[in-house]
Amino acid sequence: MVKYITRRIVGLIPTLMILLFLVVVMVELIPGDIIDLILEEKFSQNDEARIVLEHELGLDRPLVVRYFAYVGGVVKGDLGHSLWTDQPVAGMIVQRALPTIEIGVLSILIGAAIGILIGTISAVRQDSFLDYGLRSVAILGLSVPNFALATAYVVFPAIWWGVAPNMRYVGFTEAPVEHLKIIIPPAIILGISLSATLMRLMRTTMLNELRQDYVRTAHSKGLLFRSVVIKHVLKNALIPVITLLGLQIAFLIGGSVITESVFAIPGVGRLLLSSIANRDYPVIQGIVVIIGMFVITTNLLIDLSYAWLDPRIRYS
Amino acid sequence: MAAEQSLAPTQVRRMDTGAVTSAAASVRKFVRRKPLGAFGGAVTVLLVLVAVFADLIAPYPALQHSAATLQGPSADHWLGTDQFGRDILSRVIHGARVSLFVGVGVTLLGTIPALLLGLASAYFGGWVDYLVQRLVDAFQSVPYLIMLIAIMVVLGPSLTNVIVALSFRRAIVESRVMRGATMGILNNVYIEAAHATGATNTRIMLRHLVPNIMPTLIVLGSIGFAGVILAEASLSFLGYGVPPPTPSWGGMLAADGRAYMFAAPWMLIAPTLALSVTVFGVNMFGDALRDVLDPRLRGSH
Repeated sequence: MVKYITRRIVGLIPTLMILLFLVVVMVELIPGDIIDLILEEKFSQNDEARIVLEHELGLDRPLVVRYFAYVGGVVKGDLGHSLWTDQPVAGMIVQRALPTIEIGVLSILIGAAIGILIGTISAVRQDSFLDYGLRSVAILGLSVPNFALATAYVVFPAIWWGVAPNMRYVGFTEAPVEHLKIIIPPAIILGISLSATLMRLMRTTMLNELRQDYVRTAHSKGLLFRSVVIKHVLKNALIPVITLLGLQIAFLIGGSVITESVFAIPGVGRLLLSSIANRDYPVIQGIVVIIGMFVITTNLLIDLSYAWLDPRIRYS
Repeated sequence: MAAEQSLAPTQVRRMDTGAVTSAAASVRKFVRRKPLGAFGGAVTVLLVLVAVFADLIAPYPALQHSAATLQGPSADHWLGTDQFGRDILSRVIHGARVSLFVGVGVTLLGTIPALLLGLASAYFGGWVDYLVQRLVDAFQSVPYLIMLIAIMVVLGPSLTNVIVALSFRRAIVESRVMRGATMGILNNVYIEAAHATGATNTRIMLRHLVPNIMPTLIVLGSIGFAGVILAEASLSFLGYGVPPPTPSWGGMLAADGRAYMFAAPWMLIAPTLALSVTVFGVNMFGDALRDVLDPRLRGSH
């Protein structure tokens, strides 16, 4: 197992190196002189400011040098400084990470709870009216974009009852209850989108498991159908669902950009959008790197847990 | 695996000839077996018709300003007007054109590089495959929306660039499926036989591999279509997609529309419904097509 883990981690290095290369090259690809664009926005067009900025962005050095300098920085945990506030990028991301992580974790819990429950019911009552109904709702959940859902959440109560939900963000330490009131609606909205995909996979794997021989054996032993489902089938059917849940983390982070912007939550997604608007390239690069590394790591953990559960994978 | 692999294309062919001899009968059969899929098919046809004939159907030009700003639904403006006095119904109708254009454009432009990349990666194997796959890994580690925004920042906002960005993303993601499909076919004896008779690489790819991947390609395209429409809407919603004043459903829900969401909620309701019904319908249609064309992919989502 140790050998397998080492092999997998070493295997990630080329992917990470390519990711970092793409991030460094991104600045190069922007059309027009990006220095001019930034200086125009900063209202400081003298030559001195230009030289300072060129140096800050590293554009006075060749691409290869810049690349290895960036990689070296990432290894040491240094992602550069914001062009506007001069704060270290890594610190800025850490500061904004909490609400994003909260919403992410909550929406995974909500999505998994709904998806697994409905998927199981749908599989056990296959082809019943209930099954068709639940599946249609799931696909409907997949079809309504989460930004439309978020907008509807804000608009409809206002039309029907004349109340607008409070959208002024407060930190958890300042007012815990108010904080949760703001965090929970976006988490539910992301959770609903998540549950639709999970529900469909849960139903498929459940149906597969229910046809296995051990189910018949347990049944003929005189066990109740319900206890066979809960004690055996559910456990086996959950493995692929958990994998999918891990893979959906990238989807959740993408979704956080939208929900954070609709609900005015100061998370990493909002930081990304505002940095793009301000052309704060070091911050954009830093966010992409951190998110990319996070996704790569979760994917690795899923693969490792698979290898741990199924020894055949380790030796292939 | 090999037997199943060769089954899929013949099934497609059988459907084709069936469609020629008695199109009405096969449509009836499809409606009976897949009622939701048939509903989705109807929505898809409606989307195409509305998009193509937008100029004839829409009561007003989509960009025409008027003095009647922020009006509620009325006989003159069935779905009301926006802050510039533009007719919402007309804008929703013209928005269908953007959605369809992006959907078709991305499916065509994204699929061909995906096919070439996946095919080459699987066929040549070795270090070519290794490098291509690590590149795909790196791109896939960035969430799709963030990557699309990044590409749009580099390219600048325009309808063409939205198609380019989405096609790029699609090519990367789909190439992996194409690679998988190619690897399945490569194990067949007839590929070995072709090698033995001295067929060139290009000939093997074009004559033996591409035709056998086609069914997978068609199915993937139909399933991905709704996702493309949704992605365009998300981008335009965030302000990195189709730039105003071009009417796009996502764009109509963007900051502009939300600024008036309490004073003129009808500005948001119509595009939301249009988008949701379209994505739902196209999804259902794609699912049903998948079940009919390629049973192996059933339950993969």
